[in-house]
Amino acid sequence: MTNVLVRFNHLAKSHIGILAPFSYFNIQHYSTTPPGTPPPQTKTKFGGLSDEDRVFTNLYGRYDWRLKGALKRGDWYKAKEIILKGPDWIINEIKVSGLRGRGGAGFPSGMKYSFMLKPSDGRPKYLVINADEGEPGTCKDREIMRHDPHKLVEGCLLVGSAMGAQAAYIYIRGEFYNEASNMQIAIAEAYQAGLLGKNACGSGYDFDVFMHRGAGAYICGEETALIESLEGKQGKPRLKPPFPADVGVFGCPTTVTNVETVAVAPTILRRGGAWFASFGRTRNSGTKLFSISGHVCTPCTVEEEMSIPLKELIERHAGGVTGGWDNLLGVIPGGSSTPVIPKSVCETAIMDFDGLVACQTSLGTAAVIVMNKQTDIIKAIARLIMFYKHESCGQCTPCREGINWMNKIMYRFVEGKARLDEIDMIWELSKQIEGHTICALGDGAAWPVQGLIRHFRSEIECRIKEF
Amino acid sequence: MFAIKQIGRFCNKGLIRNLQTTAAVQHDALFVHRDTAEDNPNVEFEFTPENQKRIEAILSIYPDGHKRAAMIPLLDLAQRQYGWLPLSAMHKVADILELPRMRVYEVATFYTMFIRKPIGKNHIQVCTTTPCWLRGSDEILQTIKCQLGIEVGETTKDKLFTLSEVECLGACVNAPMVQINDDYYEDLTADDACQILNDIKCGNKPRAGPRNGRYAAEPIGEPTSLKCEPPGPGFGVRSDL
Repeated sequence: MTNVLVRFNHLAKSHIGILAPFSYFNIQHYSTTPPGTPPPQTKTKFGGLSDEDRVFTNLYGRYDWRLKGALKRGDWYKAKEIILKGPDWIINEIKVSGLRGRGGAGFPSGMKYSFMLKPSDGRPKYLVINADEGEPGTCKDREIMRHDPHKLVEGCLLVGSAMGAQAAYIYIRGEFYNEASNMQIAIAEAYQAGLLGKNACGSGYDFDVFMHRGAGAYICGEETALIESLEGKQGKPRLKPPFPADVGVFGCPTTVTNVETVAVAPTILRRGGAWFASFGRTRNSGTKLFSISGHVCTPCTVEEEMSIPLKELIERHAGGVTGGWDNLLGVIPGGSSTPVIPKSVCETAIMDFDGLVACQTSLGTAAVIVMNKQTDIIKAIARLIMFYKHESCGQCTPCREGINWMNKIMYRFVEGKARLDEIDMIWELSKQIEGHTICALGDGAAWPVQGLIRHFRSEIECRIKEF
Repeated sequence: MFAIKQIGRFCNKGLIRNLQTTAAVQHDALFVHRDTAEDNPNVEFEFTPENQKRIEAILSIYPDGHKRAAMIPLLDLAQRQYGWLPLSAMHKVADILELPRMRVYEVATFYTMFIRKPIGKNHIQVCTTTPCWLRGSDEILQTIKCQLGIEVGETTKDKLFTLSEVECLGACVNAPMVQINDDYYEDLTADDACQILNDIKCGNKPRAGPRNGRYAAEPIGEPTSLKCEPPGPGFGVRSDL
């Protein structure tokens, strides 16, 4: 459940101080650009990524996913040389690439990894890969793990070595049994070939990668819940601080990061951060896996350039909306937690972090759920709220009780069996949940409702009047 | 008489709420344990010798003093061995991990994949979350219900099938889909669902994966990306490595 649940974790409270200088890059006057700044973007049109610039070359499983096939596609190439360049070089290169976390929050990865570079106090450090993908609409990590597992294993080693971690745990959702088995085989192959374990790749660095299967809880995609679950407890998010970079899994400094973020790292390091930064707009650079589901002619997962217009993405790769573009009702652009946008906004929406924030929604995990005019949009959102009701861990009252109330009201809206002023009531209710819980699951449940009311209020009113 | 009519009219307009306003969610299992003939503390449970070896391997990946981390893998192992998770298996796991039994109970009740009551040989889990619902998961669920003659949460009399309705299984571009035991059956139509069930009833194992002719998550028909052979090692690699 790699997901939007991590959205606020790093932006919250004490880290705002760390973030502030980053966001002020543009107005601070450096005589030279500070190290780790991505090169300026000169392109103005995005999309139509060429095949040779794709990171995930075996996304569709047409070729061998095992070590032999992976080596043939260039995985593990010069991994030793990269490790020997040292942590500062690796982290700087990730910073230059402008890579932002692919799990939904979009936190700058280079900065996140640099939090681990504090002087050691003797405790081991861990890298934890969040492969608990469960956000409705999202199915990108699954394709990586079953068809390109060596990209992830190599990424674990390179990123792990950069932060001085001694082991990586890959926490994969329990339902992905076959994907976990592919990953396990890939890890075993890497050990046998001397790419992992003692003296990994002959670089003198010792590194282990372990698999850990979850057992079916969406909330375990939240980083601290994932840590709890990995420790063999109920997946209930922890209060922060202390942040995982100080006290994480087994009481040791930990970084939790998404599968896709880590899996693109080796290619970035091999081809250079500047290459990766040449795609997408400034602060939104790179390529990204988009999963397009719902009412489109050919639903698919595809790697595209960031900042591609939503309309182009749907028409180029997903064969267009069922019944034509004019039959479009709305799109959920980033997985279930992001607010829905209507057709008028979809016309101009740009698929990157800033572009979608400008549309009052969010990129999330870039899982595009398309709904055409034959959809009962109220039912669609109500079903999502049912999902959140089911997945709430029950720790914070606003989320546990509030989502239940929202669920009841939403299902009455579906029939129209409600009063008009209840629309404002559910809006208020969602605002009371949002931001009043330990983790962002409450926010994720509140936003779809807010999106629905913002853009489809007349639809709800109509149905209430008809009842 | 008038008063009753008035109340009836209020009810119709939804001004008075009924006592039960939403249906109970059927895919939530109860937390409480009640001793039954199949599930009580006296049921014998012991890991098989092969699984004993697996337990050692599982325990070895966690650091010293953090044996507890193996809880979820061990419960899963017990469930795979027994078919479901009886109370005595939880007790066994508690003994192995040297934990109070309560610590195991709380984990076993938190995660939806631990099934604490006997189920059929084939556990059919139909995803009905929005992306699957948009592409017709209701029809799939209805077909399976009719075909097996059971409701959600029930087991067929021959103990071959148990039907559950679950939340997103993470294969949304291959919607609608069902999971049967460990395998995903994707891009289904009602006919496909019937065919899969018939195959299993005949004792065959149907091929997992998409049923509409594609291999994985690629767009069906002409490829829109990855049209040529992937480049080999060294392609585009920076010069200073």
